[in-house]
Amino acid sequence: MTTEKTEEREPITGMEAPLYLKYKFTAGESTAKFLSQLKLGRLTGQRCPICSQVYVPARGSCARCGVATNETVELSDKATIQSFTIVHIPIPGNALQPPYIVANLVPDGANISFIHLLSECDNEAVHIGMRVEAVWKPEEEWDYAMENISYFRPLDEPDVPIDEIGR
Amino acid sequence: MSDPQTEVLSQAFELGFTYTRSTGPIVGRFLTGLRDRQIVGIRGSDGRVIVPPMEYDPVTAAALDEFVPVGQRGEVTTWSWVKYPREKHLLDHPFAWALIQLDGADIPMLHMVDAGDESVMKTGMKVEVRWADEPRGHISDIACFVPFVEEA
Repeated sequence: MTTEKTEEREPITGMEAPLYLKYKFTAGESTAKFLSQLKLGRLTGQRCPICSQVYVPARGSCARCGVATNETVELSDKATIQSFTIVHIPIPGNALQPPYIVANLVPDGANISFIHLLSECDNEAVHIGMRVEAVWKPEEEWDYAMENISYFRPLDEPDVPIDEIGR
Repeated sequence: MSDPQTEVLSQAFELGFTYTRSTGPIVGRFLTGLRDRQIVGIRGSDGRVIVPPMEYDPVTAAALDEFVPVGQRGEVTTWSWVKYPREKHLLDHPFAWALIQLDGADIPMLHMVDAGDESVMKTGMKVEVRWADEPRGHISDIACFVPFVEEA
């Protein structure tokens, strides 16, 4: 056993205990179709054969009716703000500088929302029912990713009444 | 519209939680000891020496504070051989997880035994600490335990 001179050092009060979870994510059929269309610059959803609701991104079945959704429908890249939050606190590892807006957006032709960013807007003027449109990255950068859309920006159109959003 | 041929899309994805945990005074003392290549336990209400030290007595739940230095050698009380170490394991070759009762301790602690070969492992075998080259105040300051043969 080696004996070493013990230096005067601060006692230990903390320890790094990182946890890394490594996944190989494989998209299911519906998500793969959605992403393949996204790579071509198109937003798509799927319609329920029973209740006609259009889901985006589609997961392959209607949660309400419990049936498969086989019909793919192309959606507009124009959308309505269903809800939003202005983020003021920086998140470690996130390149976005606060304040920025994360919103639930219902694209035209769909009945549910997805989450994306809003920009090119006056944060204080953003409101529910506001019309927005996608700002796409240059086509050569398109991949199988929602990031093909950089963000959404306000559109000069009349608001959608709250109880008509997603109907 | 017609559906395109569905491709199978897969992607590596890593989720990281970069926690730093507060150790508190008891575990902090244990880790501070490891940094100095010393192992300390704590004495419970029934007189037993517990390593690593517990913050509260397992019988009475009273706060514990009587630190007791223990030895760097001990005895394997039970073990399990890891034939195929995984990426996260700290040894890159086969080793044993073992409960090791250090000299002066009454409760065995879990650590690794770098025995080379499974045939070397025996319940009751003597082992001693192999320290990390640069202790930093972490359980891995004990790199592992290795078989120890008492000189005749």
